[in-house]
Amino acid sequence: MRHFVEELEQLKTKLLEMGSLVESSIQRSILAVTQKDRDAAAEVFRNEARINAIELEIDDFAVKLLALQQPMAADLRLIVAALKINTDLERMGDLSENIAQRALALMDGPPIKPMIDIPHIAGLVQSMVRKALDAFVTRDADLARSVLASDDAVDSLRTACYHELVSYMEQDPHNIQEALALLSVTRNLERIADHSTNIAEDVMFLVKGVDVRHHAEARI
Amino acid sequence: MPPPGVQPSAEQPAPKTGNAKISATDLNFHYGSFKALHGISMEIYANKVTAFIGPSGCGKSTFLRTLNRMNETVRGTRVDGRILLDGENIFELEVSGLRRRVGMVFQKSNPFPKSIFDNVAYGLRINGMAGSRSQLRDGVESSLRRAALWEEVKDKLNQSAYGLSGGQQQRLCIARALAVNPEVLLLDEPCSALDPIATAKIEDLIFQLKDSCTIVIVTHSMQQAARVADFTGFFLLGRMIEFDDTTVIFKNPAKKETEDYVTGRFG
Repeated sequence: MRHFVEELEQLKTKLLEMGSLVESSIQRSILAVTQKDRDAAAEVFRNEARINAIELEIDDFAVKLLALQQPMAADLRLIVAALKINTDLERMGDLSENIAQRALALMDGPPIKPMIDIPHIAGLVQSMVRKALDAFVTRDADLARSVLASDDAVDSLRTACYHELVSYMEQDPHNIQEALALLSVTRNLERIADHSTNIAEDVMFLVKGVDVRHHAEARI
Repeated sequence: MPPPGVQPSAEQPAPKTGNAKISATDLNFHYGSFKALHGISMEIYANKVTAFIGPSGCGKSTFLRTLNRMNETVRGTRVDGRILLDGENIFELEVSGLRRRVGMVFQKSNPFPKSIFDNVAYGLRINGMAGSRSQLRDGVESSLRRAALWEEVKDKLNQSAYGLSGGQQQRLCIARALAVNPEVLLLDEPCSALDPIATAKIEDLIFQLKDSCTIVIVTHSMQQAARVADFTGFFLLGRMIEFDDTTVIFKNPAKKETEDYVTGRFG
């Protein structure tokens, strides 16, 4: 039994290693956009290979534990949650890579507008990711629930950003290319927030054994 | 309504209920001065499989054996509380009639030293249910078919039951129990001596039999309880700690003791 408990700890550690890499990628990709930092973008591309490799390791390890240990109750929920969080983290890594690619496209031109909204959304999204991972580590359902509440704020900000960028495109067609790239950045940030929400829902399943997906009333 | 004495947690649904085939209320059982069961209250639903799990000595087999008064064969035992079978107090029923309605199969297969045919025919004969020779043959065939054994033994019905494999002997015992058309079948660790293939056959059989029978199984294999049971009860130190849908017990039990036991952290 002790051995199985140690293996579950190893699974959590691997997941946290991946979470840490993904957090770094998100942070570096935003820096690449807001500070036009080419090195930061390069770091995101380097992280991606490692994130993909850990995703495969976690899947393999979790399936092995399911097959050999036949876990029950909280152990079963941990492994199921780990498999789902693993997929979400990998997608968040991909989305950071998308942002870094948009950053490269924006690197040489002058900014069409001051960078205010995107750092604001990015800060909110990074906070959601951090809280979702902290909730997983500490098995804190209340902290996980707070992530669900933040998702609506990100959606509102993204919508406001969309209208602003469309107005820039209407004012001057020369802005279109950069505005489209910035729209893509906000879209990718919003998708990262959605994956953080998924992780928070998985944490609530892990801690409480309840499925809160698609049930807005259960989130209150 | 949840079973009496078992409160579902706020976040868990109450067990899906059906018709209560057996209803136990505040059942206590003593072996001499040792109290083996403490105030068990629960319902066993008709045409469902109910599993009892728990560590050795927790009272799960004692409770099972109380359901057809098999424990009365042990000297110095005492029972109080109530068990109703379709609303009738089993302690007021004639005991052989009760055991015809509530059959039992034990951990170790125990065929009689007779032919395969006579093992199954035995219950029909002593209960006056044999009828004509052809009716008896039909009854034996039907029971062997229900026990998923007919195809394997139809050409050697007159051979000794001892020539069968362990898994076949256990299914023969199930066929013997089924011959008198019991309403409830009690299985006391029926697969503990069987290999995985024979175990799978018994489990398939349990799944098929619940259409015509209410099944209660005691098992040490949590995986087996998870595979075959609709409802699971967890016993500890003579008490029923938790009773709920099998999925709840193995996915998200309400009680810490249950959680510790099903995750192997018990003790």
